[in-house]
Amino acid sequence: MLKESKFTEGFKKAVTKHSTKSLLASIISIIVGLIIGFIFMLVASILKPGSSALGGIGILLTGPFNGLNPKYEIGNLIFYMVPIIFTGLSIAIAYKTGLFNIGAPGQFLMGTMGSLLVALSIDTTGNRFLGILVWILAIIVGMLLGMFWGSLVGMLKALFGLNEVIASIMLNWIAANIITWVFKDSPLHNIGEGKDGYLIKTSLTGNFSPTLGLGKLFSSGNISSYIDIGIVIAIVFCVLTWIFMNKTTLGYEMKACGLNKESAKYAGINEKKNIILCMAFSGALAAIGGALYHLNAGIEFKWQSAYQTLPPWGFNGIPVAFLANCNPLGIILSSMFIRYLSTSGAFLPMVGFNQYFADIIIAIIIYLAGFTRYFIGRIDKRIRDMELARLLEKEKNGLKSDPPNDNVIVMEEEGKK
Amino acid sequence: MDTFVILIQYTILYAIPLMIVALGGLFSERSGIINLALEGEMIFGAFIGALVTKLIIAANPQLATSQWLLILGVIISGLSGGAFSLLLSFSAIRAKADQTIGGTALNLLAPAIVCTFGLILFNSEKVITGARFVIISSQYSEAMQNAMFNSWFGPILRIMFDRLYLTTYIVIFLFIALSIWLYKSKTGTHIRACGEHPSACDSVGINVVKMRYLGTTIGGALAGIGGYAYIVACCAATAESSVAGLGFFALAIMIFGNWNPILIALGALLFGFLKCIGVLSSQISFLSTLNLPMYFYNIIPYFIVLVVLMLSKRKSGVPKAEGIPYDKGAR
Repeated sequence: MLKESKFTEGFKKAVTKHSTKSLLASIISIIVGLIIGFIFMLVASILKPGSSALGGIGILLTGPFNGLNPKYEIGNLIFYMVPIIFTGLSIAIAYKTGLFNIGAPGQFLMGTMGSLLVALSIDTTGNRFLGILVWILAIIVGMLLGMFWGSLVGMLKALFGLNEVIASIMLNWIAANIITWVFKDSPLHNIGEGKDGYLIKTSLTGNFSPTLGLGKLFSSGNISSYIDIGIVIAIVFCVLTWIFMNKTTLGYEMKACGLNKESAKYAGINEKKNIILCMAFSGALAAIGGALYHLNAGIEFKWQSAYQTLPPWGFNGIPVAFLANCNPLGIILSSMFIRYLSTSGAFLPMVGFNQYFADIIIAIIIYLAGFTRYFIGRIDKRIRDMELARLLEKEKNGLKSDPPNDNVIVMEEEGKK
Repeated sequence: MDTFVILIQYTILYAIPLMIVALGGLFSERSGIINLALEGEMIFGAFIGALVTKLIIAANPQLATSQWLLILGVIISGLSGGAFSLLLSFSAIRAKADQTIGGTALNLLAPAIVCTFGLILFNSEKVITGARFVIISSQYSEAMQNAMFNSWFGPILRIMFDRLYLTTYIVIFLFIALSIWLYKSKTGTHIRACGEHPSACDSVGINVVKMRYLGTTIGGALAGIGGYAYIVACCAATAESSVAGLGFFALAIMIFGNWNPILIALGALLFGFLKCIGVLSSQISFLSTLNLPMYFYNIIPYFIVLVVLMLSKRKSGVPKAEGIPYDKGAR
C-alpha cells in the first residue's frame, strides 16, 4: 500500500512540473530555431543575389499579415490547423502510452474513406437538416474505420508481439492502396471542370461541414476562406483528450504504461488491453482529422494518386505533437505556430526566397525541442537527488518511515523516458 | 523465361537500396541509437551525390556515362549521409534527446533542404543530373550479346550485366564486408555490445559515446549510399525531396530481419520480389488471367510481411539498450 502511494505521488509530481517547464523549453527552441533559420537565409542570400535575409525573417514573423487580405489568410490558417491537431493528438496519446504511432497517415486515410463514402453517396441537396445528420454520420463512420485501423496495430503489437512501427508502416500503405481501389470504379468521380482523378466535393451532395458563418467572417471580398466548424470540434477534442489523459483512471493507466511498463504491470495494469485501447483511440482521432478535412465544402480528394504518396497531414502530426511535448492543450498552440510559419512561407518569394525555408525552420525547431527534454530531465533529476539525499539522511537519524528504494525506482523511470 | 529474367532484374534493382539502408539502420540500432532518420539520410545523401554528379557532368558532358563518376557519387553520398547523421547522433548521444524526435526532425529537414537549395541553385525542386550509368547492352560486343540471348547460360549473364548498375555490386560488396566486420572484428563487437549493455562496456573500458557515434555515422553513410543507389537505378539519376518511403521500408525490413544481416538481405529480396510481381503482373501470363487490379498486388508485400511476422514467434533480436541515452551517472 505504502509502495503504491509513493509511486503515484512521484508520478504526479513529475507530470505537473513537466508541463510548465516544457512550455518554456518549447519557446526557447522556437527562438533559437528562428535565429538558426535566419543564418540559413543569410547563407542563401549570398548564393542568390536579390534576396534579403532581414526581409525573410520579417515575413516569417508577420505570417498571414503579409497577404493582401489577412482575414482570408487567417481563416485558411485556422482551417489547416484542424487535420494536424487531430493527427497530433493521435500521435501524442500513443506516445504517452509508450507507442510511436507512425500509422497516423493510414488512419487519416481510413477516416477520409469512410466519411467520403457516406457523405458523397447520400444526396441531401436542399435539406440542410438532413445534410447535417448525414455529415455527423459520415464523421462517425470515418472515425470507426480509423478506430478499427488503429486497433489493428494495437492488436498486432499486444497479441502477436509485432513492433508497432513496422505494423504501422505496412498498414499505411495497405490503407493507401485500399482507398484508391475503393474509389477506382465508383460513380463519385468529378469528371467536369477539366480535372482528372478527383472525387466530387461535398458541397455537391449537401453534406458539407457547417461554416457557422466563419467563412464569411474570414473572407476576401466574395471568396470565403475554408474555415468551418472543424476548429471548434478540434479544440473540444483537445480539451477532452487532456481530461482523459489526466483525470481518468484509464488515461492514467495508459500513461503509467508509457512511463514504465514493468512498474505498470507490477501495479496491476493490463498492458495489452491498454495498448489496444490506446491505438484504437489514436486511430479514431487521426480519422476524425481526415474526415473533417475532406468534408469541408471546398476540399477535394484526389483518389487517383492516393496509393502513391501518404497524406502529409498524417506525418505533420508528429512535429505538432513533439513541439507540444505531447500535451493535448499544447497541441492547439503548436499547430497554430506550425501553420503560422507554413503560411508565412508562401510569402517568402516576395523577398527572393522560396516557401521551403519555413519547412527548414520547423525542422530545426523540432530538432531543438528534442534537446529541451534532456534539460528538463536534468533539473528534475537534480531535485530528486536532493530529495533522496534528504531521505537517506532521515533514515540515518533513525526515522525509518520510507524505504529509499522506492525513490530509486521512480528515478530510473525518469531516466529512461 | 524472358519475364522471369526481367522479374529477377527488377527485384535486384529494388532490393539493393533497401538492403543497404536496412544495414545502415542495423549499424545504428546495434550501437543503441534508434535511427528513424534513414529516410532523411537517404534523401540528403542522394541530393549531395546528385549535386556533385550534376556539376561534374555540366563541366564535362562526356562523363555522363562514366562508371568512375558513379563511384565518386557513391563516395560523396556516403560521406554526406554520414555527416548528416551526425546531427542525429549529436542530439541522441551528447544532448540525450529523445531519438524519435531527433529522427523525425531530420526527416523533415532533408526534404526541405533539397527543395530550398534545388530552387536556389537550379530553379527546380529536383536535381536532374542527366547521368546514364546503366551498363548498357549496346556497349557489349556482338559476340557477347549473342551469348546473352542465345545460349543456355544467357539468362545468368543477363541478370548479371544487362540493365544493371555498378551500384549493385558495390552494395553487395559493402553489405557482405560490413556485416562480417560488425560480427567478427573487435570494433564491430564493441559497437554491438554498446547496444546491449552500455554500462558493462564502460566498465571494461570501451568508449560508449565513441562507439555509438561510429555506429550511427556508418549507418548514415550506408543510408546515403542507398539513397544514391536508389536514384541512379530507379529515378533516372534525379534526386528529389522524397525517396517514396523507402527509408521507412528499410526500417521495417530491418525489424523484419530481426536485426540480423542475413535475414535482412533475404527480407529485402523477398520484399523486392513481391513488389515487382505487382508491377509486372500484366506481363506474367498466369497472373494476368486472374485479372486482379494492381492495388491487390501492391498490398500483397505489406500483407505478407505482417503475416510472416505474426506467425513467427521468435526471440526478438532488438538490442536491449536501444533508444536509451547512455548516462554515465546512472547505475
